[in-house]
Parts: sequence; structure tokens; C-alpha cells
Amino acid sequence: MRTVGKLTWLHVYLVVFLVFLYAPAVLLPVFAFNSSRVVAFPLSGFTFDWFRLLLDTEPLFDATRNSLIIAVITAVFATILGTFAARASTRYRFPWKKGVMGFVMLPLVLPEIIVGVSLLVVILQLGLNLSLWSIILGHVLICTPFCIAILSASFQGLDRSYEEASHDLGRSHFATFMLITLPLVAPGIIASLLVSFTISLDEFIIAFFLSGTDATLPVYIWGLVRFPQRLPSLMALGTILLVVSLCLLVAAEYVRRLGARRTGTEASGGFL
Amino acid sequence: MTALAGRVSREARNGLLLVSPTLTYALLLLAAPLALVVLLSFWTQDFLEIHRDLTFENYRVAWTEPIYRALMLRSLKISALVTVFTVILAFPIAYFISFHVPTKRKPLWLFLITIPFWTSYLIRIFLWKVILGFNGVVNGSLVGLGLIDEPLSFILYNQNAVVLTLSHAWVPFAILPIYVALERIDRSLLEAAEDLGDGPVRRFLRVTLPLAMPGVLAAALIVFIPTIGDYVTPRLVGGPNGLMIANMIELQFKKANNAPLGAALAISAMVIVSAISIVFLWLNRRYLAGRGG
Repeated sequence: MRTVGKLTWLHVYLVVFLVFLYAPAVLLPVFAFNSSRVVAFPLSGFTFDWFRLLLDTEPLFDATRNSLIIAVITAVFATILGTFAARASTRYRFPWKKGVMGFVMLPLVLPEIIVGVSLLVVILQLGLNLSLWSIILGHVLICTPFCIAILSASFQGLDRSYEEASHDLGRSHFATFMLITLPLVAPGIIASLLVSFTISLDEFIIAFFLSGTDATLPVYIWGLVRFPQRLPSLMALGTILLVVSLCLLVAAEYVRRLGARRTGTEASGGFL
Repeated sequence: MTALAGRVSREARNGLLLVSPTLTYALLLLAAPLALVVLLSFWTQDFLEIHRDLTFENYRVAWTEPIYRALMLRSLKISALVTVFTVILAFPIAYFISFHVPTKRKPLWLFLITIPFWTSYLIRIFLWKVILGFNGVVNGSLVGLGLIDEPLSFILYNQNAVVLTLSHAWVPFAILPIYVALERIDRSLLEAAEDLGDGPVRRFLRVTLPLAMPGVLAAALIVFIPTIGDYVTPRLVGGPNGLMIANMIELQFKKANNAPLGAALAISAMVIVSAISIVFLWLNRRYLAGRGG
């Protein structure tokens, strides 16, 4: 009897918690399709106007293009740097390993404002101009730890005997890595690309500090938040972004599981 | 022996070589910039000109002026509240996924927990403003249900709103480490406790909780350290009395044109947060050692 009682209590809490957790994500599309100009209850009617309005907003397209450029370049660089570190930490023992890995994972817990401020100081002291590249530098720094976490799991699941067989058959280290290792961890690499792309696309604090005249999508959204008449179209934009992010993440999770099956390990854990 | 030593050092060399691009990047774009911020915090600036004479003036201002001290204390209080609140919210969920969900379904549940986290950061915070506002979801439903006559005004534009919004943003990060720690608990230990006559509460307090402590601690640090640097949430839902130290750091670097003072504030915040974290880790180690574990 007591177990049943305890389970019920936990279930009640679970439902309350999920309502709390999902409240913003559920309300977003509700307001995006609501015809009232005021983002509040009660709802007044159904409309596509706010999505249509987005299509006529020129600066939005510039900001989206900037964000896509930044996110793609960030994803590629962060994944390359992540691959090096993940391979080193799963395959080799080397001196100061704990310290080195702890240091490259540090941006995961460092407040983003610190990363933004410190890069801003360097760029201004060197007399350089703020551009999309300054944002990319910051985003690569904060995305790399996520890539390392994802890729370490892939490299750990790798069966070493395939590589050894390749060596025994006379392949060089480089050829073995390209022909054997890389295809086996490819799903991890794709997952890492997608996750870092998504993080970069949504990052605001660093982008706000390091953007010059070219705004990214979140910086553009920040400018909109202050204008009440733009809020319904902001809800529409948020809905589109949510759907895009979810598609990317489902794709990332799918290929990661595929990879786990290929290397013969059980898929476990999540994105982090 | 020499062959073995040669192999070990070759392995060390390969490992260091392989990690070097990532390490170099972090040294150039994290360590060097941080060092420069420390240096900057000892310089002074009037208008656009920076004077490079070393001085403690910025730190004197940062630590003694009432406004900065008040903001710092308030930020620490809000971060601490968010940490406690988040860990308390997260623990039962992590416990549920680890102990009550079948193994096959666990990845799906973890995915469910992380989905809301991928809503646009800015828009998510803004939506809390809609939920908590004067004509918002909470007030609308409470008035509609006849529970209150006037909309509540104490739920938006104050520190409660900041704590709630930040907890919502960080709770998935707290669930994951606690979940990992709970998964590592050997289930036979729980059976042993039961066989030795411990009830569910005693068993939880004497076995489950101490063994989950490393995860709880990791969750607390993962939430506590970054929250101190958030300036979007306080700005959108905090109102005038909910602003935090990061809002002041941003102001000094941007509009107020006093980057050295901003740097001193940022370094002070980091030092305080790190010191608290270290004390916290030390206390936990003593607690676990005291239990003989």
C-alpha cells in the first residue's frame, strides 16, 4: 500500500513539474496564431498574419543570414577542436590530463558574460573591429565543451580491435583514422555539428557583447522585445525557431543512436 | 624497462600533441583574455582614454560603494536561491527517471526534460513575463476561477520572478548530474538497508542521499556559477529591484564607458563565486568523510 501511495505522490509532482517546464514552449504557438495585437489572455481568434508579417521584415533576413553563417562556421570549428580533445582524452594517457581537460571544459560553467567581456577587451585592445568573426571566436569557445562531451562518448564506444586490425594490415595511423575510426564515429560528429549549430544559433549574451553593426538573430530579437506592437510577430518567429531547433535535435539524437548501434554499444544518456 | 618507458612517453607525447589544438585555442581565447581582464581591472579610464598605471581604485570602489555592494549581495542571494530551488525541483524528477522508469524509456524521458530548453532563450524569458504579468496567465486563471478579485502584482518585476525564471532555465542542467549519480548507486545496497530494517525514509536519508551527493553537488555548482552572470532575466522580469551585478558589468562596459570598473566587478564576482564553490566542495568532502564513506 505504502509503495502505491509514494508513487502517486511522485506522479502528481511529475505532472506539476512538466506543466511548469513546458508552460513557455506551449504558450509560444498559442500566441503566434492568436489574432490579438496584445500578447495576453483571453485569446481572440486564429490568424496567420504574424507569420506573414515576418516575410515583409527585411532586417530579419539579414540577421538570420548572419546567424546562419556564424552557426555553420562555429559548428565546423568546434567539432574539429572537440574531435582532437575527445580523441586525446579517450585514447591516450598524458601528463596533466585532468587539468588540461578541465581547462578546455571550463566554458561550460563559466558565466557567458565573462567570456563576452574578456573577448571584447582583447579585440578592443588589439584595435580590431567587431565583426561576425568576433562572435564566431566566442561561440567556438563555448560550443567546444559540448562537442567534447558528445564525441568522447562516441570514441569510448569504439572497439579498438578494428583499428588494431587495420594497423596489422599495414595501414598508417592517418589512413586508419580516416578509413576506420572516422566512419565509425561519424554519427557522433554529425550530432556534435548539429548541437553546436543549435547552441550558436540561439546564443545571445556573447553575441550582444561582440556584435558590431551586423546583428545576429537573437540580438535582433532583443531589439524587438521593447516594442509591444512587434510582440505577436516575435511569437511567430519563436515558434519557427522552436520547430527548427527540435528538428535538428531529433536528427542529432537519431544519428547518435544509429552510431551507438553501429559500434555495438547500448545507446544511453542524452545530449549532455 | 626502457622499452616500456619509451612507449609510455610516446603515448604521453601523442596525447599532448593531439590535445594541443584545442588547448591552444582555449589558452589564446580564454586564458589570455581573462588575464587581460585582470590587468584591465587595475587600470583606470576617463571617458575613452585608458591610463595604464596600476591601482586598486576600481576594487576599492567595487567593494565599498553601497550600490555595488548591494548589487553583489543581491546577486549572490538570487543565485543561491535559484540553486537551492533548482536542486529541490530537480531531485524528485531525477529520482523518478532513475528508479521508476524502465531502462529502455530513460533516454526518451531525458530528451523530454531537455526539449523546453531549446526554445529561444530570449523568447522563453519574455514568455515568463507574459505568464506572470498583470493580465498574464497566472492572474487571468486565478481571477477567472474566482480565487482572487484583483490581479496579483507581487509575482512580476521583482526578485521572485527572477528566481522562478532562472530556475526554469537551469533545471534540466540540474536533473542530468543528479540522474547520473543516482544511476551509479548499486541497487543491492538499498536492498541491504531494507533487509537490515531501514524504512523508506531512513533508507533514503542514510543510503540514497549520501550516495547521490556528488551529483547534487555538481548540479548545484553547474547552476550557481553561471547564474551570477545572467543579465537578460533580471532586465526583463526583475524590475528596478531585481537587477543583478551582471547588469552593472554590462552597463560599465557599454554605456558608462568605464571598462576597468566593469572588469573589477566581473573579477570580484568570479572570485567570490569560486571561493563559495570551493568552501562548498570542502564542506561536502568533510560531510562524506564524517559518514565514513
